[in-house]
Amino acid sequence: MGIEFKGVYYRYPETNTDVLRNIWLEIGEGEAVAILGDNGAGKTTLIKHMNGLLKPSKGDVYVDGVNTREVEVSTLARKVALVFQYPEKMFFSETVYDEVSFALKNFGFEKSLIPRIVEKTLKTFWLWEYRDRSPYTLSGGEQRRLALASILSWDPKYIVLDEPTAGQDAIQREILTHLINRKIGEGKTVILVSHDVEFIAEFSPRTILLKDGEIIFDGEADDLFRRKDLLTKSGLEQPTLYQLSDRLGLIKTDERVTLELLVEYIKKVIQCTK
Amino acid sequence: MTEAVVHIEDFSYKYPYSEKEVLHNVTLKIFDRDFLLLAGASGSGKTTLARAIVGLIPQFYGGEYRGEIRVFDMDPSLTPIYKITEQVGFLFQNPENQIFMTTVLRDIVFGMEFRGFPREEMEERVRWISRELNIAHLIGRRTEELSGGEKQKVALAGLMVLKPRLLILDEPSAYLSPAATKSLLELLRRLNKDLGLTIVIIDHRLDLVVKYINRIVVLVDGEIKLDTDVRSALQENLSKEYGVNMPVISKLYTELKRRGVYCGTPPLDADELVSNILVDQEGGG
Repeated sequence: MGIEFKGVYYRYPETNTDVLRNIWLEIGEGEAVAILGDNGAGKTTLIKHMNGLLKPSKGDVYVDGVNTREVEVSTLARKVALVFQYPEKMFFSETVYDEVSFALKNFGFEKSLIPRIVEKTLKTFWLWEYRDRSPYTLSGGEQRRLALASILSWDPKYIVLDEPTAGQDAIQREILTHLINRKIGEGKTVILVSHDVEFIAEFSPRTILLKDGEIIFDGEADDLFRRKDLLTKSGLEQPTLYQLSDRLGLIKTDERVTLELLVEYIKKVIQCTK
Repeated sequence: MTEAVVHIEDFSYKYPYSEKEVLHNVTLKIFDRDFLLLAGASGSGKTTLARAIVGLIPQFYGGEYRGEIRVFDMDPSLTPIYKITEQVGFLFQNPENQIFMTTVLRDIVFGMEFRGFPREEMEERVRWISRELNIAHLIGRRTEELSGGEKQKVALAGLMVLKPRLLILDEPSAYLSPAATKSLLELLRRLNKDLGLTIVIIDHRLDLVVKYINRIVVLVDGEIKLDTDVRSALQENLSKEYGVNMPVISKLYTELKRRGVYCGTPPLDADELVSNILVDQEGGG
C-alpha cells in the first residue's frame, strides 16, 4: 500500500511561508528512498507527515490507505518509525536497556520475549556493555545508535531515518549500511533523509530532491548524481566518484560509477613510471 | 617555533558515573594558528577532550582528573567559564543545546550583552557576522522556526561575535549540507589565515575537512594514537586502524597505488587527483 502525499502544503503556525508546497509523492512498500536537499528545504517537515506528527495545512497524507488525520500518532508510530536528527530528544528512560524495552512493552509485545529482543538489539548495535547506563551519558554517536536500536527493535514496516550518518564513525557507517541493506532485503520500506551523497551513492536508491519545499527531482540516484546543476542549486555536491568521472571524461556510458570502474579506466590512461 | 596556546600534559579523566577513564594520559600541544582535526571513533573521547579544554570538565561535569591543562595561560579547571569563553569558543554537537533565546538576534547578542558591550559595538559585530555567515535573512526570525543547519550557524555567530582566539567545533558537518559545510570551512580558513584564529574541529567527515586542516590528531579509547600532517595521515588506512572514515578519494588513491597505476602524493580532493593524472599523461606516462 505504501505512503502517499496528495497535494500537500504545510505552513508552521503563526508563519507566512509554506515549508512544503504541492507535494505529490507515492512511496511503495519495500522501496528504498533517499530524500535530499539543502538545510531548510523541508526534508524533516516532510517526514514528520509520514507518521502524523504533522498534519498538512492543505492536502492529505495516507499511510496504507488511511488518512493520517483520522488515526492517532501512537498507532501510526508502530508502523512508521522515525529516527530524528537529535536523538537525545527521544530518550526518557533511566537506562539504555529500559530505553529499548519501553517501546516493546508499550506496543504490547509478549513479556517473555522482550528480554531476548532487547539483548539481541543492543548487541547488534554494540550497546550491550552500556545497558545499565543512562542514555544521556553516552557519546553523541552512541546516542544516535541507541535511537536507531530502540526503533528497529519493534520491527516497524516503514523506517524513516533523518541524517543517519551524522556523527557516525567508519565502523558505525558500515553497520548502518549493512542494516539498511538487510531491512531492504526483508521487504521493509526505508526512507533516508541525508546530505551525505557518498552514503546515498552506496545504495543508489530512488532519490527525491527537495528545494524550497518542492520536489524538483524524483528518479534514480545515478541520474541525479550526473546532474551537477541540480545538485549545486540544492547545496549538494556530486559524490567524489561522479566528480572524477565527469572531470576525466572517462565514462560516457550511463553505467553506475563505482570505484572499481574508475580504477579500470584510469589504468588505461596512466601508468606509474617510478 | 610557533607558540602553543593549549598545553595538555598527561591528562586523564573519568566521568562521575563511570568506572573507566574516558581520557588516558593525553599529552598534546595546540599551536597558535593550528587548524587541527580531532578524529576518532564514536566514544573515543573527542568531545570529552574539548570539554576539558573549555573548562566544562571538571566545572560542569565533575568527575576525577589527573594531569594538567593550560589554555592561554589559564587553568580551565579553576578559571570561571565566562572568562575562558572570551578566548575559546565552543560550538556544541547539537546546536539546540546552545540556543536558548527566542529570537535569532537576542541569541547572537547574548554573550555581548552579558559582558556589557556598548550598543554600537554590538550592532557592528552583528552586521559583520551576518555578512560572514550569510545569515542576515535570519536575524529577525524566531529560533524555534530554524532548521538544524540554520540553528548551527546562529550558534556559531553567537560565539564568533566575541572574537575568540581559539574556536572548537564539535561535528559541525553533522547537520549542514555539503555546500553549507564548505562555506563554513572556507570562512574558518579565512579566519584562521587573516585573524590568526586557532581552530580545533571534531568531525567524522574527513572527505569534507581534509582540504582545510594542517594537522590530524586521532584518539583511540581515550589515547592519542596519531598526531601528524594531513597527507601523511592519508597514506594510512585510518578506518581499519582507528575507525575513522577515510574519504572516497583516499580509498581510490590506495587502490590505484596498490595496482601501480598512480604513485603521486595522496590527493585531498577529486580536482587534485585529476590535475595530477593529467600532468602524468602530458609527461608521457
